[in-house]
Amino acid sequence: MSNVTIRHVHKHYADFHAVKGISLEIKDKEFVVLVGPSGCGKTTTLRMVAGLETITEGDIMIGNKIVNELPPMDRDIAMVFQNYALYPHMTIYDNMAFGLKMRKFDKAEIAKRVNNAADILDIKEHLSRKPRMLSGGQRQRVALGRAIVRNPKVFLFDEPLSNLDAKLRVQMRVELKKLHQRLATTSIYVTHDQVEAMTLGDRVVVMKDGLIQQVGEPLELYNNPANKYVAGFIGSPAMNFAETVIEQVGNAVYATNPTMKIRVPEQIAARMGPHKGKPATLGIRPEDLHMATGADPEELSFDAVVEVAEQLGSEIILDLKAGGGAMVASVEPTVKVKPQQKIRLGINPRGLRFFDAATEAAI
Amino acid sequence: MATVVSVSDGGIIVGKPKWRPLENEGNLALLLLLPTVALLLMFIAYPFVRGILLAVTNSKVGVIGDFVGFENFARLLKDPIFHAVVYNTFLYTFVTTVFKLILGLWLALLLNRDFKFKAFTRAFILLPFIVPTVLACFAWKWMFDPTFSVINWMLFKLGIVAAGAGVNWLGDGDMAMLSIMIVNIWRGVPFFAISLMAGLQTISPDLGEAAAIDGAKPLQRFWYITWPLLMPVTMVVVLFSVIQTFSDFQIVYVMTGGGPANATHLFATYAYQLGIGTGLLSQGAAVSLAMFPLLFAIVIFQLMYIRRVETR
Repeated sequence: MSNVTIRHVHKHYADFHAVKGISLEIKDKEFVVLVGPSGCGKTTTLRMVAGLETITEGDIMIGNKIVNELPPMDRDIAMVFQNYALYPHMTIYDNMAFGLKMRKFDKAEIAKRVNNAADILDIKEHLSRKPRMLSGGQRQRVALGRAIVRNPKVFLFDEPLSNLDAKLRVQMRVELKKLHQRLATTSIYVTHDQVEAMTLGDRVVVMKDGLIQQVGEPLELYNNPANKYVAGFIGSPAMNFAETVIEQVGNAVYATNPTMKIRVPEQIAARMGPHKGKPATLGIRPEDLHMATGADPEELSFDAVVEVAEQLGSEIILDLKAGGGAMVASVEPTVKVKPQQKIRLGINPRGLRFFDAATEAAI
Repeated sequence: MATVVSVSDGGIIVGKPKWRPLENEGNLALLLLLPTVALLLMFIAYPFVRGILLAVTNSKVGVIGDFVGFENFARLLKDPIFHAVVYNTFLYTFVTTVFKLILGLWLALLLNRDFKFKAFTRAFILLPFIVPTVLACFAWKWMFDPTFSVINWMLFKLGIVAAGAGVNWLGDGDMAMLSIMIVNIWRGVPFFAISLMAGLQTISPDLGEAAAIDGAKPLQRFWYITWPLLMPVTMVVVLFSVIQTFSDFQIVYVMTGGGPANATHLFATYAYQLGIGTGLLSQGAAVSLAMFPLLFAIVIFQLMYIRRVETR
């Protein structure tokens, strides 16, 4: 079993509390992505699992064995670095064979494993070359190859795609996913790119300021963000927020501000009791907005002014002034609007989210 | 090629190009090279040629002398002091370079770590390198004094030598050689340490971490990763050091003057003693020149090696 358990782990640097007591259970064969802005503690967490950073407090277990004091080489992990960290003076073959040589595998077995990995990653014709003769994408494959020849319990990825150009990144993302489906090795993957997190992860861990904000499957994070931070971080373009006040009018509950009066859907309204009369942040994703028609009720639509319309072919991204700030809507490609045009946007009520203005937790 | 073509209403007028010699890259390059070439000719080529001309005459101070061919070199081949000088110089260069490399590398590895007062320590390490050589050598000479020296006093207090039987550091041939080697090493280690540390800093720490995860122990990480990646820098540093040490003058001149009984003479000091000390200018020039083919061979060999390391 190669499950990884992180239990109440802290990391203090001299005057910086980088990781503030996180706990996480990663199941055998699972692909978990740690995502968050720079400085959120995701890389530090990964490096503590690798054994490259000491753990100030708490425990890390790999396969039910506490590894806090074990050096990296005894943890049976492999790591892929952001800048690949290939040994520049060795051939590709030697780069991939190095870990096996250090572990005293016999030559025939090393050759078999390296050739096998080179086959999988399609880098066989480069085996006798030096890393600097390869392109970024090929180097990334070598770095992957170096990890998979060892057949470790856990793969650790530290932003492995961020040095690649956009097109290659998408391609390598798919290959990583295929590789994981093929090898089914427990993987921890660090990135600041939420698209990578959503597409690669079986589960995604959103981190901020050394704390875990939410753990869940990608769609769960998208549909039920635990707080305003996760809501804004997951999804592209990001969720729109508007500051409102919750008011009871007759039987219905409304979120209002000077430019909007939106009726809160009933299942959420039922939870609004303690928030009535208090400020709350309304959240709505760009894809849950559309050009209002006569069918859209007054209480589920609002006025907006178009600032910029971005034609993407499959959709139009409208940058708007609305709800007392800036908003973004993703609308049908057939919509015709001009800058400064006043429009009315309809809301898909199932997309409405509310967050406590003070704690930012989802209501 | 450089004709100016302008179109006016009606027809095409071909204008005569202005004469602009500096727009020609070849001319400009020549002009820009001129100061450098002049300096090189004046300060490198002229003394070098003058040295060769001196070496094939029998000039003395005050006597222009006549052409004597290779007589001065033939005399050197039979000169037992010159034989000792060749041996001394090679021994001195080899031993000090080995120690400077080992100690410098060790220091560089230590300085490359993270510790308190890192910047201060790194600057402090450079002191032997910064202090004027002659000044430092006088201090060392005092420390090596057989009667009053701090080193002998320490050896006595530690019970290693008996009272009045201190080590005759600079008075005994072998001990004198050892002494100047110690001073040379003391003076050269900072250069090795700082240069190698700069080299170490160009090696990404990720490589060491990757190797650690790959299962390499600290010594293996040094041997398989750090050392080969540091090799180009090491070779350049060694090359500089060998050139400097091979033609070393100040330390020997101040500490022993080549003595006792010529036991510590190197090429430079012997050339100086013959040429300036005794006024036999042409023989001194011959000794200096004798150093040249040897040094040249060493430099060529090392440069070839550096090129090989860099292109692999």
